[in-house]
Amino acid sequence: MTALQNPLRDGWSLIVKRECATCAMIVPVIARLARELSALTVYTQDDPSFPEGVDSVDDSDLAASWHADIDTVPTLILRRDGAEVSRTAGWVRQEWRELTGIADLGADLPEFRPGCGSMSVDPDIVDKLRVRFGGEILHARKIEIADAEDEFEAMFARGYTDGLPVVPPTPERVMRMLAGTTRDPQEVVAIAPPDLVELTIEKIAINAVMAGCLPEYFPWVVAALEAICTDGFNMHGVLATTMPVGPVLVCNGPGTRKINMNSGVNALGQGNRANLTIGRAVQLTIRNVGGGRPGEVDRAAHGNPGKLSFCFAEDELGSPFTSLSVARGFDPSQNTVTAFTGEGPRCVVDQLARQPDQLAQTFAACLRTVHHPKLPFAFDAMLVIGPEHARVFAEAKWGRERLLTEINDRLQLPGSEIVRGAGGMAEGVQEAFKDAVLPKFRPGGLLLVHAGGSAGLFSAIIGGWASGALGSDPVTKVVSS
Amino acid sequence: MTNRVVLDPTSERQLATRELLARPKSIVDQTVGLLDISKARGDVFLTQLESRLVAAGAKVLRFRKPTFTKPAPVDLRHEIATKCTLVIEALAD
Repeated sequence: MTALQNPLRDGWSLIVKRECATCAMIVPVIARLARELSALTVYTQDDPSFPEGVDSVDDSDLAASWHADIDTVPTLILRRDGAEVSRTAGWVRQEWRELTGIADLGADLPEFRPGCGSMSVDPDIVDKLRVRFGGEILHARKIEIADAEDEFEAMFARGYTDGLPVVPPTPERVMRMLAGTTRDPQEVVAIAPPDLVELTIEKIAINAVMAGCLPEYFPWVVAALEAICTDGFNMHGVLATTMPVGPVLVCNGPGTRKINMNSGVNALGQGNRANLTIGRAVQLTIRNVGGGRPGEVDRAAHGNPGKLSFCFAEDELGSPFTSLSVARGFDPSQNTVTAFTGEGPRCVVDQLARQPDQLAQTFAACLRTVHHPKLPFAFDAMLVIGPEHARVFAEAKWGRERLLTEINDRLQLPGSEIVRGAGGMAEGVQEAFKDAVLPKFRPGGLLLVHAGGSAGLFSAIIGGWASGALGSDPVTKVVSS
Repeated sequence: MTNRVVLDPTSERQLATRELLARPKSIVDQTVGLLDISKARGDVFLTQLESRLVAAGAKVLRFRKPTFTKPAPVDLRHEIATKCTLVIEALAD
């Protein structure tokens, strides 16, 4: 985004500001350079009369500073044949001498003095500069908010929100969000359902701003959208179903810790900006770009609060299990988002089991009830094991595969128990299956994640939706910058 | 507080508007496509409809989506559009 139109000429360019004490200290040096170097141009950021006696270029619009990527003043740059040869920032006497070829330059000055921050990277104005000098990369329609209009109410009035206030996506904020990725704003990353429209990085960034994301979250939002906008995940069906499901996003990799995602206390709940805003940005994008709105294509009979946002990180460092992403074929060093179609979480309480087979029995009994205790095979589920439950398996040296096998072995349902009418319940499988044994979950249909606070002998079950080619498969995507 | 601008978060697409075709005067000799979306018992409903439509003099063609959770494949939509003059979709059980 920077240095697209570098205005600096061949020869030496010096960028200074009066407010900078180091710039003030080197005024005699600047005066000497002006006398001895004909190819010197001095740019002044804050006061064109500085330095006195030198014919400087007024850079108060910071165009030269911005395009030359200046973060410190003074900065001295040497260019030849239209390309930068070298630069030095602050006052480093030896470097200035080498750069100018003047062996005794600044003999009466200290050897070193750090510079000051360039006005072009001042946090208060950098967003405006990003729009002024790079804003042509934004293609979205601009919507003017009337003077008398409250900007937050304006977002509600135009139907852009999920029912909660959103951050108004000004060009400045969107440009700041785009600094979180190296991808071209007009790159189409997916076809967004249900309207099947091209989903660009720019449109995702606008919605990420609205959701409250920081720029460093942005690649996670993009990866999540890449995951859900696949035929395998089938976001169209996830929206259109009358069941109460939405994308549940599980983040893996060291990057989750860099952006301070929560995998511990209250991991599935409120309070963590990254967790909440990444999931919310995904949902807002589907709403606003894809056109998926409740009551329209979204036909959920009840929905669930997780359709606002449902995103958390796996606790990998404290886990006795192989992580979800590694189990799905990714390297532990990779940052990934796994999208699973799920309802709201329910709690599994077992405060007495100290043996792994006891706890597996509890998990199986609770998992059997997903959507209905008499419905086998149709729905996937995610089991989020809390650390205190995980410890029981760690002490018994049960890994992921052993635990999943033990649970699935306990979920082979006799047809006689699950046929229609059995147990006084009409729901169930057809009579033809009365002598069969049917698994609760299809192979791979039970996902296991380690997360939660360190106190509490609890886990959580997230029931899924129509599984496989009929409905949705979990999809994992690598997060790329 | 002047000149506040936000960027449009939507797809900005302009929907094409299409006029409904004129309602046929009679069902006789019309080719009616019955689309089963693969929801449970949708076929039962459509079979009942088929018998009534045939009795009324219509020709009936049956179609089926691979799964109710996804839009009908484009080839299926094209086939229905080229073979039928009317279409009825059984949405759910």
